Amino acid sequence: MNNESIPETSLSLEALKKGDRHELARMVDLYSDKIYRLALKFTNNPQDAEDVLQETFLKAMRALPEFEGRSSLSTWLYRIAVNESLMLLRKQKPDVSLDPPAEEEDSDEGTSSNDLILADWCCLPEDELLSEESRRFLNQAIQQLPATLRGVFVLRDLEGLSIKETAELLGLTETNVKTRLLRARLFLRQQLSLYFAERLKEWEQK
Amino acid sequence: MSDHLDCQQLLSSISDFVDGELNPELCRQIEQHLTECENCRIVINTLRKTIDLYQHQPGDEGLPQEIRHRLFHRLHLEEFLNRDPG
Repeated sequence: MNNESIPETSLSLEALKKGDRHELARMVDLYSDKIYRLALKFTNNPQDAEDVLQETFLKAMRALPEFEGRSSLSTWLYRIAVNESLMLLRKQKPDVSLDPPAEEEDSDEGTSSNDLILADWCCLPEDELLSEESRRFLNQAIQQLPATLRGVFVLRDLEGLSIKETAELLGLTETNVKTRLLRARLFLRQQLSLYFAERLKEWEQK
Repeated sequence: MSDHLDCQQLLSSISDFVDGELNPELCRQIEQHLTECENCRIVINTLRKTIDLYQHQPGDEGLPQEIRHRLFHRLHLEEFLNRDPG
């Protein structure tokens, strides 16, 4: 796992597996911040993110005695948190399947060059691009991504994991991750282009 | 493969291209296409900017204290709440 994204530490796995409460508290303090922010990106809702955070550590503490160390502790915790986040999204929108039919994976839907918005908004000044309103729009746009695409985008582009790590965490092939990442990025580029094209018009009229 | 990419072909490789994960030959073809196609230049630049804006969002303000408190209570670890985190 990428050092910058998840801290690896000197926690004693042996003590954790024996249920040493002091060591468990250290583990919680080391990873709770990361896991909360990950859950917040998935759910965009502080209450949901807190539920994911609590469930993640409850499950981890129950499962730790069986932890075999095939992955690092941080990867293992992350995987639990990702699964909890996806489960919560599934509960909230039971009609939305998180696994699209196989044929959808290869379709060009959303990746056709015909409907692209071609406003060149890169030249907007930083204070337009980084305004609070823009931030809110960026967060809303992620929430419009189907959960299948959101997971890939959050882990790869927001958390900075590699394609391989993202594939492992989501139980997907690397090819699947790349296909979903392409669709997620193009979807968000399109949404941001709609939004910033308007800002560009206002700005040019000033 | 022909030496000339069309816009649709470029679009299907665009994500790998901005990640620098394409083979050199395909990269060269894309760069060639970009010198001739204004629309694809805009798409690539705005795609890069989109990823960049998401990657540089402010974050890491730490876990709010009240959330840490409720977490430690839920996990029955409350006696460790006052130790130094970290």
